[in-house]
Amino acid sequence: MNGGAQVEVVGLSAGYGRRPVLESIRLTVEPGGWLAIIGPNGSGKSTLLRSILGFHPHQGLVRIDGVPTTGMHRRDRARCLAYAPQTPVLPEGVTTIDYVALGRTPHRPLLAAPRGIDRQVVADVMDRLELGALADRSLATLSGGEQQRAVLARALAQQPRVLLLDEPTASLDLGHAQQVLDLVDRLRRQDGLTVLSTLHDLTLAGQYADRLALLSDGRVVAEGAPAEVLTPAALRLHYGARAEVVVGPHGPAVLPVRSANRSEA
Amino acid sequence: MTATAGRARSDTAQQAPRRRRPGLVIAGAGLALVVALLAGIWVGALPLPPGAVVGTLFDRLPGVDLSGGLSATQEAVLLQLRLPRVLLAALVGAGLAISGAAYQGVFRNPLADPYLLGAAAGAGLGATLVIAYSPSQSLGPVGVVPLAAFVGALVGVGCALALGTAAGGSHSATLLLAGVAVAAFLAAAQTLVQQQNTDDLREVYGWLLGQLGRAQWSDIALVLPYLVPACLVLLFSGRALDVLAVGDDEASALGVHPGRLRLLVILAASMATAAAVAVSGLIGFVGLVVPHIARRLVGGAHARVLPVSLLLGGGFLVLCDLVARVVLAPAELPIGVVTAFVGAPFFAGLLWVGARRR
Repeated sequence: MNGGAQVEVVGLSAGYGRRPVLESIRLTVEPGGWLAIIGPNGSGKSTLLRSILGFHPHQGLVRIDGVPTTGMHRRDRARCLAYAPQTPVLPEGVTTIDYVALGRTPHRPLLAAPRGIDRQVVADVMDRLELGALADRSLATLSGGEQQRAVLARALAQQPRVLLLDEPTASLDLGHAQQVLDLVDRLRRQDGLTVLSTLHDLTLAGQYADRLALLSDGRVVAEGAPAEVLTPAALRLHYGARAEVVVGPHGPAVLPVRSANRSEA
Repeated sequence: MTATAGRARSDTAQQAPRRRRPGLVIAGAGLALVVALLAGIWVGALPLPPGAVVGTLFDRLPGVDLSGGLSATQEAVLLQLRLPRVLLAALVGAGLAISGAAYQGVFRNPLADPYLLGAAAGAGLGATLVIAYSPSQSLGPVGVVPLAAFVGALVGVGCALALGTAAGGSHSATLLLAGVAVAAFLAAAQTLVQQQNTDDLREVYGWLLGQLGRAQWSDIALVLPYLVPACLVLLFSGRALDVLAVGDDEASALGVHPGRLRLLVILAASMATAAAVAVSGLIGFVGLVVPHIARRLVGGAHARVLPVSLLLGGGFLVLCDLVARVVLAPAELPIGVVTAFVGAPFFAGLLWVGARRR
């Protein structure tokens, strides 16, 4: 497709009402990179993603390949950034192929019928994500993993340069979570897509992303390669967690350790 | 998943272009509407011979000279009573059904109907006010009741939109609650006016239950300029509604303005509803149930649900009006009673069949 774009977040601040949630966030994701935003509950991960997309009011700048998104037309932004939310709304009675075809919206006039190229892109994406057999099935009848693949397919049909994924594995078991993340990784390597995701599972984040940004109290407190960010000290400080970090061949894995004082339980 | 991968791939080529026979369903719904229209014209207190009716209608076309063979009385019944009534029923049914489908799409709520945002309560208040207080029956060629109902419906929706927008932007939940508040207030005002004027109770009730018995050509002339553009906008907004169906954030991420789209669709649907309500009173059930029937036939994509709702709604109301005229002839049932009596069991049956098939 188009290859990935560089994403820069400069001095981004956002809040709900008067309560600040994000303060002066600065992040850079290189083209083709995968940055996972991690952090404890309520640290502002989803708000950061939604601010980057322009859904949440914020100060500061987001630049895509150096171009600020604030001046961009909505459709142009949609051709560049694709988004899969944590809990996607799956419309009732809509078939998988119709749902995936919605991803073509930014590429054609809103009221126009799909053209040949749109159908081609949709067929290609569904083929790649092995959704062909499910094309005429209603979304509601798909399993959780299949639904997540359909959402990814819709995002890919946008032919984006950056994929923003909010907790893509939130409702999936370990095996399906791995399948989805393997798929994202494959797409990233094949197309050079830039991926920016939130992930609450630290081990998965450490295994798949090439960089992590640890968000705590609305600030980026650590950023770098997984092994640099995932340290027992950081987990204790920001998560209040007791954990060991085991270094595996593809990145660090986080092993939670129960309290030594057994009688207290 | 991996085991089926090979088969999935080979299926894609055949399945991708295939769709669930929407063209066939649209053609069928159109045919049903035509049949309903003809039945509505033929059947009645004074039966009209089908062949002669068709002949007389063709004779009206410029350049065609065809003697229909209807007596003068029959021709008067056909042209002055039956035809305007049947056409008005089709227009009102079509307008209410497509508006209902649009409202359900915009609010992502299967229980939404065209009266949701205060259109019904506003029209009811307007009609009740003029029935109770207006010194004259008409303003020029147009009756005051349709006029007041039309204005009332638009004012009701306008208040709900203004309140909803002021309270929380264009979020659908806020709009919905604003609609509930406005409808409750206007309904209370309507009840109050009605209680103060018990002499007019019968006429008010007759209007509230819906009626097509006094349909005239002027009614059709009254609704067409509002109904046609509104329905055209709605027919074209199907794809936009499909995008809205995935939620506001995702719709934004797909490059559209959910708030603006929602407003446009609500305005068009409310215009159609106001026009329908003005000439027919409050006919329930059509706007709620016909879209669901359409969805059963063609799936959830609005680009297909909207036109099918339009056609089915028109045919459904023509048939209900037929039943309303015939069952207790020469007396007439209120059409709102018939739509519920005919529609509710039919819909229940549809739900039952759907549940068993699943």
